[in-house]
Amino acid sequence: MFCEKAMELIRELQRSSEGQLPAFNEDGLRQVLQEMEALYEQNQTDVNEAKADGRADLIPSIKLRHCCLLRNQRCLTAYLYDRLLRIRALRWEYGSVLPANVRFHMCAEEVQWFSHYKKSLASFMRSLGGAEGLDITQDMKPPKSLYIQVRCLKDHGELEIDDGTVILLKKNSQHFLPRWKCEQLIRQGVLEHVMS
Amino acid sequence: MSDALSDDGSVNQDDSQEDVMTPAELIAKLEEAWLNEKFSPELQENKSEVVECVMEQLTHMEENLQRVKKGDAKASIHRMEIDRIRFVLSSYLRSRLQKIEKFFPHVLEKEKSRGEGDPSLLSPEEFAFAKEYYANTETYLKAVALKHMPPNLQTVDMLKAVPEPCLDSFVFLRVKEKQENILVEPETDDQREYVVDLEEGSQHLMRYRTIAPLVSTGAVQLI
Repeated sequence: MFCEKAMELIRELQRSSEGQLPAFNEDGLRQVLQEMEALYEQNQTDVNEAKADGRADLIPSIKLRHCCLLRNQRCLTAYLYDRLLRIRALRWEYGSVLPANVRFHMCAEEVQWFSHYKKSLASFMRSLGGAEGLDITQDMKPPKSLYIQVRCLKDHGELEIDDGTVILLKKNSQHFLPRWKCEQLIRQGVLEHVMS
Repeated sequence: MSDALSDDGSVNQDDSQEDVMTPAELIAKLEEAWLNEKFSPELQENKSEVVECVMEQLTHMEENLQRVKKGDAKASIHRMEIDRIRFVLSSYLRSRLQKIEKFFPHVLEKEKSRGEGDPSLLSPEEFAFAKEYYANTETYLKAVALKHMPPNLQTVDMLKAVPEPCLDSFVFLRVKEKQENILVEPETDDQREYVVDLEEGSQHLMRYRTIAPLVSTGAVQLI
């Protein structure tokens, strides 16, 4: 069946749970492109034959192949675009440096797209308002209180807060810290917000 | 809220052509824009003056806070206020950026077809971002897949490929200025169109398309 491979790609994305980035399926991509090439060549020969000998009976199969080509194109671009959206979401979740296991699942072009996206976003945020700009990837949730209770999930080293105090973030230690300092660390999984 | 900001009485000191706004009014404006942006399916007009003023205000407040003695109870209240305002501002800019990313071909198309005197939908920074996003995504799709495809299939019409904002979605709204004779289009075939009057202060659930112009004039507020 035509377009089976392309559908498989889409299904693969659908199966992986929300926000997860499965490994880039280069093999699948290549197979779809090969199928498209074959379809296109067959169509070319048939079109020539239909033109030369006036064989109208070839037209339905040409049309069918053309539809398959369009469908393949659509499925492929949908696959790639959906991956981009997932990668974009990762930027907002992890910050500008992606964890190694995520990067491992991206193809070279995706890495490139990501770095472009990162740059655009950074220059957008820098251009906001005053000299330093505004980091809009912070303050994701409405602030409830100034300080929050956090627990360290892994050793992270030292953290300096605004008034100059330095705190050592050691695994399993608990701290009472300004919320705006912790937000990103919480999202990175270094700290955990302890609800009382 | 006005108390926290009152260290600096006039926000628009150096902005002579605009009316002087108190900080409280400014924040109210920001909140209004924020709610409208959050609940409307399509991108609203940019409010870059408001954003700039609020940013200025935040810097001012931060500076003032630096001067306050350590351990002053007032300081932490002000700090909290700064955090809240910054959250609203970030959230506002975020939801705009999300819409720009989601509907980038349509947003750029709308910007292109806009008349000379019409206000721009995007701020210059957002426009730059949208253009870069478009180019980046297009280059990516070309490099990975499109250029390996047969010659007649190497382009994708982004306007058709990327979904449009759904203007028919329903929104909650509160009326700020009385409106008369709003034409409501039929939802199903066996309904007829009819007109409604919107009383000031009343709340409604309506299709966004019907009241979109009223949102941009500020006559209704999305909630």
